[in-house]
Amino acid sequence: MAPKLAVWKFASCDGCQLTLLDCEDELLTLAGEIEIAHFLEASSAVTEGPYDVSLVEGSISTPADAEKIKEVRRMSRRLVTIGACATAGGIQALRNFADIEEFRSVVYARPEYVATLAESTPISAHVPVDFELRGCPIDRGQLLEVLSAFLAGRSPGIPNHPVCFECKMRGNVCVMVAHGTPCLGPVTHTGCGAICPAYGRGCYGCFGPSARPNTGSLKTWLGDIGMSRPEIDRAFSTFNVTAFTEVSDDPPA
Amino acid sequence: MTHRHERILNIGALARVEGEGAMRVRVTGDRVEQIGLNIYEPPRFFEAFLRGRAYTEPPDITSRICGICPVAYQMSACRAVESACGVAVDGPLGDLRRLLYCGEWIQSHALHIYLLHAPDFLGYPSAVEMARAYRPLIERGLELKKTGNMIIDRLGGRPIHPVNVRIGGFHRVPTPRELRGLVPGLRRALEDALATVRWVAGFDFPDLTFDHEFLALTGEEYPLERGTPRTTTGASFEVADFEDEVVEYQVPHSTALHSRLVHGGRYLTGPLARFALNRDRLSPLAHEAAADAGLGRECRNPFQSIVVRAVEIVHAIEEALRIIASYEPPPPSVPVPPRAGRGHGATEAPRGLLFHRYDIGADGLLTSARIVPPTSQNQAAIEEDLRHLVQERLDLDDEALTSACERTIRSYDPCISCAAHFLDLKVVRS
Repeated sequence: MAPKLAVWKFASCDGCQLTLLDCEDELLTLAGEIEIAHFLEASSAVTEGPYDVSLVEGSISTPADAEKIKEVRRMSRRLVTIGACATAGGIQALRNFADIEEFRSVVYARPEYVATLAESTPISAHVPVDFELRGCPIDRGQLLEVLSAFLAGRSPGIPNHPVCFECKMRGNVCVMVAHGTPCLGPVTHTGCGAICPAYGRGCYGCFGPSARPNTGSLKTWLGDIGMSRPEIDRAFSTFNVTAFTEVSDDPPA
Repeated sequence: MTHRHERILNIGALARVEGEGAMRVRVTGDRVEQIGLNIYEPPRFFEAFLRGRAYTEPPDITSRICGICPVAYQMSACRAVESACGVAVDGPLGDLRRLLYCGEWIQSHALHIYLLHAPDFLGYPSAVEMARAYRPLIERGLELKKTGNMIIDRLGGRPIHPVNVRIGGFHRVPTPRELRGLVPGLRRALEDALATVRWVAGFDFPDLTFDHEFLALTGEEYPLERGTPRTTTGASFEVADFEDEVVEYQVPHSTALHSRLVHGGRYLTGPLARFALNRDRLSPLAHEAAADAGLGRECRNPFQSIVVRAVEIVHAIEEALRIIASYEPPPPSVPVPPRAGRGHGATEAPRGLLFHRYDIGADGLLTSARIVPPTSQNQAAIEEDLRHLVQERLDLDDEALTSACERTIRSYDPCISCAAHFLDLKVVRS
C-alpha cells in the first residue's frame, strides 16, 4: 500500500505547501508513489488518518490551533515542520515582543471578534517534531529530499552549516567584504542556494540560525560597516525572530 | 441534516482554495436568512508590526502575507513607499517590474485553472486524480505554471518570496542574454495558453449572473503594476483617495475585513472586473482569444472567470515576450531617500486590486500601515452571490447544495491567507 502523506496548515502564507505544487516536474511522479491523503489546498478528497508523513506549515497562534496540532500529532507517524512559521513562529511572532491587545486593536475595529493567543509559537513548542525544514519559504530541493528520505526510511541529508559555504561554492563575490553590504550569511542556516548574494544583496536570514552561529562577532562587523544598533536589531527580527533571539551573542563553545 | 422548517448547511473546511475558511448558511422555511463566509485563518497582524520598521522593509515583509502572490505585495508596497518619497519608478525598471508581475499572473492563474478549478468541471476531487484520465492536460497546466515561475525565478531569484525587488527598482537587473533564455519557453507557453482558452471555453457553466459593480485599475495598458481605480458605473478616483472611496468594516464571523464603495455598495475586483474595464487593452492574441471564446463586452457569470483567467495568461505571455524583445538593461535602481509623508500604492494582484498605504516618519521608520487585499474586498459580493444561489436551489439536498456553494466560492479564487485580516460551509435550515 502506498504511504499516506498529509499536509496541514496553521498561521502562514501558504507558500511552503505551495512549494509541493511548485514541483511541476515531480508532482505526478510523486503522486504515483504516495497517496496524498489530506491536502486541502490541492484536493477536496480526504482520507482518514493515520498518516505516514505529515507536513506541517504555519505557527500556533490561536487556542483552536493549539488543540488541533495535538490531534495532527496523534494521527501522524512522522511529523515534519515546513518553513520558518512552523519551525520558529514566523514573522507573526513579532507579536511575542509587543502588546497583543494593542496589536488587535490596530487591525480590527471590534477586537473581541478575533480569537488569538498572545504568542505565535513553533510546532515544537506543542508536540514532538521528527524533522524541521527551514526557510521562508522552504527550498523545493530540500523538500523533495526530506520526503524521499522519510519514504525510504533514512535520515534526510540536510546540512546545517552557514549560507557562506553555499555562497562560496556558487562562486559569488562576498557582498560584505567587497561592497560593505550587510549580510547575515555567516550565521544563517544553509539551504536557499545563497540567492541573495547572487543577486547583489546581503542575506536577510530567512532560513534562521545555522548550527553554532557566532552572532556576537557578526553584529560587531555589521556595526563596523555602519549599521546602527536598531538597524542590526531589526535585521535579526524578521521571519525567524524567535530563533535568532534565542541565540547567545557569546562565541559558540 | 434536512429538516422541514429549519435547515443548516456547513462546509467545514473549504478545499482547493488558498488559506482556511468555512461557510455557514441558515435557511428558515423558504428563505435564506443568513450567509456567512467564515474566515478562520488566524490573524497575523502585519499592519501592527510594520510600525517602527524601516521604509525599505515593506516589500520583503508584506510578501509573506501570501505565498501565492508575493510579487503583488512587493509591487504595491514599492509603489506606496516610493509615492511617499516622491519618486516614480517607471520606464525600463517599470517594464521589468511588469515582467516579474506577468510571471506571477501566469503561475497563479495556471495553478487556479488546472489544479484548483478545472477538477470541478470534470468531476474530480483533485488535479492528481484528474491526471489519471487527463494526464497530458494536467502536464500542460504544470508546464504553463512552470513558465510563470521561471520568469519570477530568473528575475527575482526564487518563485516564492523572490529576493531581488527593492524600493527604487531591483538589487540586480538581468542581462539581455538571461532574459532571452526565457523566450523559447514563453513561445511554447503561448500555444499552450491559447489551447487552454479553447479548452476551458468549452466547459459546461452553471447559469448564474450577478449585477455587482466592478472595480479595477485602468490606464493606457491592461493593468498590472499601475493604473487608476475605476468602476463600471464610471466613477474614477486617484489611488491616494482609495480610503475615502472604499470603507472596510468588520463582521463577527470573519478575521477578514469586508469592503464596500462609499458611493455604491458591494463590488467585485479581479479578472472579471479587469476584463470588463480593460478589454480593448488586451494584447492582440488575447483579445482575439477572448472573442473566439465567446466572451462579450463583459462577463458576469462567476464560473466563467476561468475563461478570463486563461485569456489573461495569453496576455501576460505576450506582454512578457514584448518586454524581453525590447530589453536593454537599465541601472538597477533609482535612489529613493526617505522623507516624512504618506504614500499610496495599488496594483492588480492575480485576484484583484491590492492597496497599500504607509505613513513614514522623518527618520525613515513607518508610523502606520494599511493593506486592503482583493479577497476581503470581494467577500460581500461572494456572500451575496451565494445567497442568490442557495435561494434559487433550495430544492437541492444538503450535499448537492453544499457542493454548488463550494464551486461558486472556488470560482472567485479566494485567497484566504491574504484576506485574514478569510472559509467552512455551514447551512442552517429552519
